Amino acid sequence: MNEVLTYSPILIEGTITSITLTIASAILALLVSFIVGLARFSRLRSVRWSAVVYLEFFRGTSAIVQMFFMYYVLPLLGVNFSPIMAGILACGLNVGAYGSEIVRGAVQSVGRPQHEAAISLNYTSYQRFLYVLIPQAIPMMVPTFGNLLIELLKLTAVASLITISDLTFMAQIIRAQTALTLEPFLVILIIYFCISSVLIAITNYIGRKVSKGRDTIQAGGD
Amino acid sequence: MNKIIEFQDVSKSFGSLQVLENLNMHVNSGEKLALIGPSGSGKTTILRILMTLEKIDGGVVKVDGDYLWHQKIGDKLEPASEKHLHKMRKNICMVFQQFNLFPHLTVLNNIVQPQILIKGVDKVDASNKAEELLALVGLEGKESHYPHQLSGGQQQRVAIARALAMDPKIMLFDEVTSALDPELVEEVLSVLRQLAENTNTTMLTVTHEMNFARDFADRVLFFEHGRIIESGPPDIMFTNPKESRTRDFLKNFIGGI
Repeated sequence: MNEVLTYSPILIEGTITSITLTIASAILALLVSFIVGLARFSRLRSVRWSAVVYLEFFRGTSAIVQMFFMYYVLPLLGVNFSPIMAGILACGLNVGAYGSEIVRGAVQSVGRPQHEAAISLNYTSYQRFLYVLIPQAIPMMVPTFGNLLIELLKLTAVASLITISDLTFMAQIIRAQTALTLEPFLVILIIYFCISSVLIAITNYIGRKVSKGRDTIQAGGD
Repeated sequence: MNKIIEFQDVSKSFGSLQVLENLNMHVNSGEKLALIGPSGSGKTTILRILMTLEKIDGGVVKVDGDYLWHQKIGDKLEPASEKHLHKMRKNICMVFQQFNLFPHLTVLNNIVQPQILIKGVDKVDASNKAEELLALVGLEGKESHYPHQLSGGQQQRVAIARALAMDPKIMLFDEVTSALDPELVEEVLSVLRQLAENTNTTMLTVTHEMNFARDFADRVLFFEHGRIIESGPPDIMFTNPKESRTRDFLKNFIGGI
């Protein structure tokens, strides 16, 4: 075990890379979730249809293959990404597809009566979403987004396969250099668990923040 | 008398169920109208058509001289665009059975936000008006509460204040006391009676409170199976209706009248 700890600089480096990858992909995923999720409500059939194609493509194919595609196949077509960029894109676009379903479901669950109240006050469809439906949907999204964030963290481990020096990659290096197997993987297992515990705590905090003052939001309005 | 609402041969079905059948009716400007009748007779559908929440299948509806669900392009009547509906809604506002307040906004912001977004009123004026209206419905001091912290009757009065803030020419009240506990009904009805007395706004109410309909309305329409069976001033409708079906329906309420 002591032998593994002498590698702590590269473990720290790997941890930082994993966290960076997670945060950057999470931001991308959040953007994609809202864009694709809200596109499902568009009045234009082409927009709705594009969103469904996006969702089904990224949900229906393997995340690892998507990552390989970004890193190994796109350069053949003249599009070059750095490993970290390819990792962020693949993780973000993939998790964003799942996230879009969270956004769509939460907005849909706000319900017809709120929609009708907004129509009766003559809100435009844009205002209905921005001021009435989305603000009420967000507290419902937070816990599910929290789960997805943990999934995302775990997905970034796959990025070591496209030469990103994340935690998993570093564990492989330590294993190769020390011939130890249990120890490096046990250490990174614990690190992953610590990171995800922090992420859960953050999501819970945000969850409490956004639902403050409206704890009975479901039972309250209608 | 200026007809502010006209239904001409309006039909509406939900699937195979015909709710309105070639309905013809009109409402005069400033008139207070009560729609009564058994459940499922199409009363609420009339309000929902006027609020552009339900499309019509046949006929035309005119509001303030303009087609509601159609627009004239050349000589032809085309289905209304969202833009046309937005323009037509400016004059109409509805109060719902389930209040439908925005649960994520305080009482004050429920009344302020639509004024700012839709009428372009600035924040200070909107707040002043909201406070005035809250006083009118007897809810001073509740500005910073959230809807779920209020009783049903209080929530409904906030909803009425919110509708009033939009200065509509036509107000629609859809069974506004049906979701309330009996002891809370009167506080809402007395606000509506007061409004009916003191404003020139055209008001349509669907109600099962016959005493209230009698005080509130200039004219009462009795509906059954999507048709108007009888209409007239409340004094005649409630004491001496012509149609036997009206009499049968009102018999159920005899204790209350």
